[in-house]
Amino acid sequence: MEHTTLAHHLILAGLVFVAGLTGVIIRRNLLVTYMCLELMLAAATLALVAFSRFNRTMDGAVLVFFVITVAAAEVAVGLALIVALYRRTGSVSSDTLNTLRD
Amino acid sequence: MPDPLFVFFAALTLGAAILLVASRNAVTSAMGMILALVGIAAEFFLLDAYFLGVLQILVYAGAVMVLFLFIIMLLDTDKPADRYPWAKAAGGLALFLLLAAGVLALFLHSGALDRAAGATPPELAASPGDYATSAKAFGRLLYTKYMLPLQLAGLLLLLALVGVVNLSKDSKTAA
Repeated sequence: MEHTTLAHHLILAGLVFVAGLTGVIIRRNLLVTYMCLELMLAAATLALVAFSRFNRTMDGAVLVFFVITVAAAEVAVGLALIVALYRRTGSVSSDTLNTLRD
Repeated sequence: MPDPLFVFFAALTLGAAILLVASRNAVTSAMGMILALVGIAAEFFLLDAYFLGVLQILVYAGAVMVLFLFIIMLLDTDKPADRYPWAKAAGGLALFLLLAAGVLALFLHSGALDRAAGATPPELAASPGDYATSAKAFGRLLYTKYMLPLQLAGLLLLLALVGVVNLSKDSKTAA
């Protein structure tokens, strides 16, 4: 990598994060919303690794290790919740999940 | 000008991310997610984080996405009610362009790109604690400085396991 600077990586991470954020806001399918959340996490890990590499420290990379662990546990629990929700309501659309609103 | 490989994988990641957000089919979204995660793993490789890149592909693109695809195909999510209308899609596009312009403006305005124009990543040194490519460097930190978080991560995984088993029990038999 000759002239790939830290700013390039941060711009990519920012754009991927923004794409995920847009998805979380506009999508109604809970599963897709959840995947967009994971995408935002992955974008943040990319920024962490880039900072870690350019500052010559290992701590950011180790933090990414923990982020991946937590994300895996989070996905397992979240998907179990979505399945339980589907069993109860027969839908995974966030439009139909408004029983607390009224 | 950045490395052509970086540009290629950046375009792949971003395109796959947009496919994930924009696709009206949940399975296509999942495929976009897998592509985006592989692209990010490739960026990890370009940043000399080989261990993390492999971990990303194994855990994220492998285990997590298999779980996602399994649930997507298990639940019948492709109902018309779950789809978003065109007006919302246009609003989403406008929102994305606005936020993306914000990100780009942040970097162009601050001059971070110009200042770092000739900067290359610092050379890797062999001293312990420094950024290293091997899994051994991870192990050294994990079992010294990050011992407590490591134990807590293990506890968290155990809790998630118990919680998922409890959640997925049939509520009729549990009651």
